[in-house]
Amino acid sequence: MTGPDYALHEVCVVACAEAWRGDGEILASPIGALPSVAARLAKATFAPDLMMTDGVASLVSNGVVEGWMPYRTVFDTVWSGRRHVMMGASQIDRFGNQNISCIGDHARPKAQLVGMRGAPGNTINHPTSYWIPGHSTRVFVPKVDVVCGVGYDRAAALGRSGRFHGLRRVVTNLAVLDFESPDHAMRLVSCHPGVSVDDVVKVTGFPLVLPELVETTRTPTAEELRLLREVIDPQGTAARELGR
Amino acid sequence: MADKRTTADAAVAQLADGMTIGIGGWGSRRKPMALVRALLRSPLKDLTVVSFAGPDLGMLCAAGKVRRAVFGFASLDSIPLEPYFRAARQAGAIEASEIDEGMLQWGLYAAALRLPFLPTRAGLGSDALALNPWLRTVRSPYDDGEELVAMRALELDAALVHVHRADAGGNAQILGPDAYFDDLFCMAAKRRIVSCERVVRTEELSGQGPLQTMRIHRGLVDAVVEAPRGAGFTSCEPDYPRDEAAQKAYAASAQEPGGWAAYRDAYLAEGGA
Repeated sequence: MTGPDYALHEVCVVACAEAWRGDGEILASPIGALPSVAARLAKATFAPDLMMTDGVASLVSNGVVEGWMPYRTVFDTVWSGRRHVMMGASQIDRFGNQNISCIGDHARPKAQLVGMRGAPGNTINHPTSYWIPGHSTRVFVPKVDVVCGVGYDRAAALGRSGRFHGLRRVVTNLAVLDFESPDHAMRLVSCHPGVSVDDVVKVTGFPLVLPELVETTRTPTAEELRLLREVIDPQGTAARELGR
Repeated sequence: MADKRTTADAAVAQLADGMTIGIGGWGSRRKPMALVRALLRSPLKDLTVVSFAGPDLGMLCAAGKVRRAVFGFASLDSIPLEPYFRAARQAGAIEASEIDEGMLQWGLYAAALRLPFLPTRAGLGSDALALNPWLRTVRSPYDDGEELVAMRALELDAALVHVHRADAGGNAQILGPDAYFDDLFCMAAKRRIVSCERVVRTEELSGQGPLQTMRIHRGLVDAVVEAPRGAGFTSCEPDYPRDEAAQKAYAASAQEPGGWAAYRDAYLAEGGA
């Protein structure tokens, strides 16, 4: 018997791609290499109407420039709600509050990160998902040091002003999680092949909501593997993001 | 039309300690580095820098010129973290007014329109408000009664931007794919300094690119500085791409003891204008 014909990063790509299923004609904004491959896979298969930028100022569809989206227009798009971003997180908590600003005291941090960027505006205005390549208690923490991306507890406290908030899913190197629980606490949805529920619980720094049935993450189809390896990511950029 | 041509040093000599300076470009893209060099050569200090930040903020932090930064991020794009900004933050050397980058745009726009604030949802629920007690919320006066962030106007004493072409009067042309927020920086500032790759005669501007590339008109400009390769090592597409090797050398210098002093001397020596 031989092993499976897919690699872990390909399972992660498919799980990230699934975040955009059913989104229709909106701007998909993947941050980082693996989410970018994932968004292109979603667009090439089950979400053909997605729009994407080239990271500079063009909207590009299947290699063809189809429009112009400078930064000024990006914020307009964010605030209009017609976007679904997949960001990273240096820290994330039980309700999906996310930190990319700094670790430690904000006045004099132990580690300065990139900064909160558009995370506050993204999360309060349109759907957001997260990709976390190293699932660990350092990232999945009881309390984040700086709230950049807004979580469900804080969005709920805003009342009407929080009505466009929505966190769709969190994909890691081990599992897929979401917030479909009564109080929107993070829930384990599926473990990647070969990963147990205990494996995930052990490296999560807060109690996860555990449904009775935790499924196995969907594995890539033959056609998805062909697209990934031959068309979308022949250089293997997605695999490199799992290296750390 | 007044001739506003001057040198980077003469333009920067008009600025004063403690001023709030807005810097155009984005990350490590089309940053007014010839003007930043002039700031580095000057005795100016205690500056508040407002920027979609890259090596502009990093170098000014390294040189000890920054008292406060208003920013959403600081990045070199191809190198995710700005090394000298990072060092300054971790030393507690600057006051960090960190906000969402859309809030930053909104604050510039409010200042440009002489409004005290503009409302937005960006920032609600996040620590962008808790970390910045100078920001408040406002309630909609209409039936919805929604509470929003009242993004305060970011009034600038001066704006520094770098463009591709300009005439002597300050009609400025951006030939790249993104104007970023350069026109807003100029509109939000009392004193506007524009550097350019090349000063051309006014009648040459319309031949350089479509009308929409003439993003900044002379009413928004006080000084024009001709500075070929004036964005380097950041990108200035289509005139030149980012000099990745030079940027790597800059980032590497931050890891060396005494790295900044050596880097600064070399960087200032290579910079013209």
